[in-house]
Amino acid sequence: MALTLDDVQRAAHLARIAVDDAEAGAALAQLTRVFGLIEQMRAVEVSGISPMSHAQDLVLRLRPDAVTEGDQRDHFQAIAPEVEAGLYLVPKVIE
Amino acid sequence: MSNVTLKELSVQLAAGACSSVELSRDFINKINSLNKDLGCFITVDAERTLAQAKAADAQRAAGHAGPLTGVPLAHKDIFCAEGWLTTCGSRMLANFVAPYDAHVVERCNAAGMVTLGKTNMDEFAMGSSNETSYYGPVRNPWNRDLVPGGSSGGSAAAVAARLAPAATGTDTGGSIRQPAALTGICGLKPTYGLVSRYGMIAFASSLDQAGPMARSAEDLGLLLNVMAGHDPRDSTSLERPAEDYNRDLEKPLQGLRIGLPQEFFAAGLAPDVQRAVEAAVAEYKKLGATVVDISLPNMELSVPVYYVLAPAEASSNLSRFDGVRYGHRAAEYTDLMDMYKRSRAEGFGAEVKRRILIGTYVLSQGYYDAYYIHAQKLRRLIAGDFAAAFKQCDVIMGPTSPTTAFKLGEKSADPVQMYLSDIYTIAVNLAGLPGMSIPCGFDGGGLPVGLQIIGNYFDEARMLNVAHRYQMVTEWHQRVPPGIG
Repeated sequence: MALTLDDVQRAAHLARIAVDDAEAGAALAQLTRVFGLIEQMRAVEVSGISPMSHAQDLVLRLRPDAVTEGDQRDHFQAIAPEVEAGLYLVPKVIE
Repeated sequence: MSNVTLKELSVQLAAGACSSVELSRDFINKINSLNKDLGCFITVDAERTLAQAKAADAQRAAGHAGPLTGVPLAHKDIFCAEGWLTTCGSRMLANFVAPYDAHVVERCNAAGMVTLGKTNMDEFAMGSSNETSYYGPVRNPWNRDLVPGGSSGGSAAAVAARLAPAATGTDTGGSIRQPAALTGICGLKPTYGLVSRYGMIAFASSLDQAGPMARSAEDLGLLLNVMAGHDPRDSTSLERPAEDYNRDLEKPLQGLRIGLPQEFFAAGLAPDVQRAVEAAVAEYKKLGATVVDISLPNMELSVPVYYVLAPAEASSNLSRFDGVRYGHRAAEYTDLMDMYKRSRAEGFGAEVKRRILIGTYVLSQGYYDAYYIHAQKLRRLIAGDFAAAFKQCDVIMGPTSPTTAFKLGEKSADPVQMYLSDIYTIAVNLAGLPGMSIPCGFDGGGLPVGLQIIGNYFDEARMLNVAHRYQMVTEWHQRVPPGIG
């Protein structure tokens, strides 16, 4: 199945990455090469095999619902692009 | 002083032959003189380093020294270290001063080790040549026109050039082992879950694993003893009793069964690499090992499977970089969506964007089963191949990389060529097994060749034993790049 420029632009939108037409064209050429490699895998029959999502069969641990860390807001916001009164600032979303 | 192993430094510090401050200053001077040429470090902060060294000396004077107190090391710039710039090789984090320590850094600090700096790497650990770093390439100390491998290329080159006695690295598809091979040092990727991923900037969470890079197997064990251990902050960190990974170093290899997968010696392997690996296997036979021919029939699927699973996980992990709470934010934008899109377009380099696009595509509606689930099923087949092989042998050996170091720019135009550089290492990550690389010879051009040793789950102590016995009778690991003294 051949990848199209629309596919690239759709994926870029979903991934929230701005691409202009020239970048999308260059990306298409490279991604077509990569998907050529990936297609090798698609030809293999896999019925009856269960997916392996992880190297170890782990059971997720539970922990007590207790406060373990103090307030670090100022510490973490010291590296933020824009803050005011303890809030992260972004462009207006609701008019 | 800088051309000695961790083990020797530990002995010298304990004997009072030098102080940690003297030692650290010595390494900083070497870094300052060579880093411009080699590009191993993104950040060096002599003041911070010497303060830590001074504290280590005080700890020793007070009688509280451990085996590695005062020993310096370098951290890959993927590990958060409080107060240190932590870029992950990306413009996205060019202004990110980590507000906390990664578990690995915390443990090294607690052991009294001294941070020499943060090493260069492929952006977000995506690369096999260290050329995708926003901070410029790292050059191979054996030949500066060549790459050091990646993604832990800065750590590997720093250890090879004697700018650090050891370094931390991470390995998602070969990122510790391949650069170790290409720079003539040793590197170990432990069993998945042995070392906490807390504070290690995530690439592909089901594959990422941190490990030590150093000059000998014994040094790898010393550093792994510090790095490994349970951490409740990483849900995949395993709860296991602490062990001394160097406990079996001296054990004789009589009766060791070495599996040689036919797929590791097929087309695409450089003849000089094959010769060096075969000579190493012959050396092991002299040490009492026997050789078993094995097969990993689904090996060739590991690269395509990896390039579905790793980008899929990366596209999800890297969605956190949105320019809101930390990291790069575009200077100009019209609305929130535009701010996200421009910040990410400016902050990420070409390879990272490529992998995010692959991952987004294979996870998108209508393609998820055909790509992502399909790849996860093949992952089980690949892991099953290893399980079957380990019924016949104790360790698996082969080349770490199909070639020795290649030229800067040689593979950067074609992503697929670059991806195939990890053809022998990727399957190990998919299975979650431990793997290591040790030097085993040189090609006709004088470039180091790496021998890969793959162990069964939690068999690190045996792998270090196997590597150490070889290093007792060979001296490949002691070779120093030309002009480095």
